[in-house]
Formats: sequence, C-alpha cells, structure tokens
Amino acid sequence: MVKFFIGGKTMKKVSLEVNGKKVSKEVPDHTVLSVFLREVLNLTGTHVGCDTSQCGACVVHVDGKSIKSCTALAADIEGSKVTTIEGLVSNGKMHPMQEAFKKQHGLQCGFCTPGMVMSAIDLLNHKKNPSDKEIRDWLEGNICRCTGYQNIVAAVKEAASKM
Amino acid sequence: MKTFNYHSTKDVKEATKLASSSSAFLAGGMTTLPSMKLGLASYKDIIDIKRIKKLSGIKASGKSVTIGSTTKHAEVANSKEVKKAIPSLAALAEGIGDPQVRNRGTIGGSIANNDPSADYPSACIALNATIHTNNRKISADKFFTGMFETSLKKGELIEAIEFQIPEKSCYQKYPNPASRYAIVGVYVAKHKSDVNVAVTGAKACVYNEKSIASALSKNFSSSSLDSVKISSSGMNSDIHASADYRANMVKVFAKKAVDAC
Repeated sequence: MVKFFIGGKTMKKVSLEVNGKKVSKEVPDHTVLSVFLREVLNLTGTHVGCDTSQCGACVVHVDGKSIKSCTALAADIEGSKVTTIEGLVSNGKMHPMQEAFKKQHGLQCGFCTPGMVMSAIDLLNHKKNPSDKEIRDWLEGNICRCTGYQNIVAAVKEAASKM
Repeated sequence: MKTFNYHSTKDVKEATKLASSSSAFLAGGMTTLPSMKLGLASYKDIIDIKRIKKLSGIKASGKSVTIGSTTKHAEVANSKEVKKAIPSLAALAEGIGDPQVRNRGTIGGSIANNDPSADYPSACIALNATIHTNNRKISADKFFTGMFETSLKKGELIEAIEFQIPEKSCYQKYPNPASRYAIVGVYVAKHKSDVNVAVTGAKACVYNEKSIASALSKNFSSSSLDSVKISSSGMNSDIHASADYRANMVKVFAKKAVDAC
C-alpha cells in the first residue's frame, strides 16, 4: 500500500469519468485528486510539486475548468469529468498545445509541463488569441524553475494560432 | 494530511448539525486543505457545503449585491451583475491568487478564514457588508475581530454576503509577486453618507483607515491625502515589507484607488 493510504479510517466510493473512461474506486476520505490519479489510477502524467496549490504542476481539468488537483479531495469532485495530460492525445497525435511546447522548446526538465499545458488549454478555451500579458497573467499559478517562461509564452501563442 | 471523515451535505441544517468542536466546513478548500497538509490544522470531520444549492449565486437589487458564500471567485469576477453594480468588486475577485484558485476558492471561505492579507475582507469593510449566517446577520465592522479570527461561533455557517452598492469605489493592491496576496491593499468606497477606506495586508486584521476616510469625506480627491500621516505602529513587518514601508504604501495605494474611482 502506498504511504498516502496509511491510517485511512473511513472509505468513500469515488466515481469519476477520467479521460472519457468511467472509474469507480474506494479510497480513504482524505485522498486528494492528485493522489487518486497517480496512485490509484496510475496516471502519473499529473505531477505533484509543492503539494500546497502554489506551483501548478498538478493542474487538471474538472468539468472543463482547470484546478489544482493536489488541493481538491477526490470525494468532493464525485461525479465530475476529469481530463489529465494523458487525455489530450487523440488518435496517437499530440494535442496542438503539446506540439507547440515541443516545437518552441517550452520546457527543459519538463516537470511543470503537464500543468502548464493543462492550464494554457483552459486559457485558450476562454480566450482565442491572448496577448503576451494575458498569457503571463493566466500562468500566474504555474511555476517553472528552468526556462524563464519566454518559450512557454511562445508555445502558447503558437498553439493559439493552430487551435 | 491526517485522516478525517468526509461528509457531503445537501442543506444547511444537515451541515450545521454535523458541526462540532473538531470539525470544519469545506467550500473551496484553498486554505483548509493546505493548512491540513502542513499540519497547521486537523479535524475529525470535514463537512463539505459545496452541494448546498442555496449557498451559491449572485443577486443584485438597486441597493445591494448579495453573493452566496460558496460562490467562486471566478463567478464573481465574470458576473455581469457584479460588474455593473460594483465593478471594483469584480476586479478584486479577478485579482485573487491565480485562475485555478479562482475556479475553486469561495467568498465565504475567504472571509471566514480572515487571512490578514486576503482581499475580500477589505471589500466587506469598504462596502458596508452584512454577513448573513444560518442564524443571524453580522455587520462587517463587527465580523473581523483579529488575525484569522472572526465573530463566527463554532458551527455557525455563512450563507451569503450582502454588499452595499457605493456611489464609486476602487480596490488597489500591491500584490506579493509570488502568492498574489496583498502586501498592502486599499479598498476605497464612497457611499452617499460616508467614505470607507478598508486596508488589508498592513496589520494583523483588515481595518478602516479613519484618517484617510475622514479626509476623503471632506474632499474626495487624492490631493486631500497629502497632509495625512499614517503611523507604522501595529503594522506588519516581514521579509516582504517593513512596517514603515507598509504605512507609506497605505497612503500610496489609497491615492491610487481614489484616482481610479
């Protein structure tokens, strides 16, 4: 058993739709969504950095909106639709945002990238052609310690022109 | 995070019945969950109030805007009613944290937590808010009692916050570059009969800066504040800003707010 589960007293059955697939698992009440995704469903594309909702590595979409999965209980999003970085590929092809991050070299170590990509897609869902400032403002909650953000902003702009 | 029992509740009665000395209500969880992870708080029971329908939503009348306690920051920021009636309040909501925090965090959670540098408490003071709980109405000036302290009783649940629509108003803050919490935030609101200058981030608790408010009620212009002196006594001093700096920023941001009104 993974360490997060030690000491779990009461259990809840959590039913979600994750990347289009219905899942239903019994987990301790204090299981957060990031742990549910990584430890229970083995969807390790969602990363955990700070674990206190500051770094944004764990951003996923819940019912179409980006949230930090480390700071939401699995039980409290019962019945929701969740999209993770793994859910972006379609027919074996990367999502335009992923393509753009690759092409524009919007990453170095890649740890923050899943969160950056998920957050940036939510931005483009709100605003089709954001300015540099709007991109930087929106990515406020996503921290990258490698790149200096220049290429991340370029990647989001490139994706905006293709989406 | 220590274990707890999670309860999803459907109405206020069920939620308040479950409350005890070792429980917490959970709305967005933007402070509650990290606090629990860091070992700063632990509870036997977590009572989720997000599915209580009557606690969410925005209503505007001619005189006031009433926002349900579990209404999210993003909903306030994007609300047509709020933008029309009190644009400064929508702008404040848009400046809280980051998009993901705004998609989860709630107004009731923010004021119940009463973080010394949170944004919403200043809106409550500036806009003569009334906090509606499950058993009484509390005026904002009696609600915020100290650092992370409010006059809420154990098990008392905020249902809605009613803001008085001002003649004009503006909130200006100097955000911490990392967290976006206010190092100093000043909410100036001119009502028919009074002016409020609510300051957050500067002291242990949000407060109404009477010296600025009184100067503005005589002459509502930033130049009327030139001669006002703000004492640094009781101001926060930390790695981000000294007490003297904060005292100065209170005036600087009050002027900015007045100019942008």
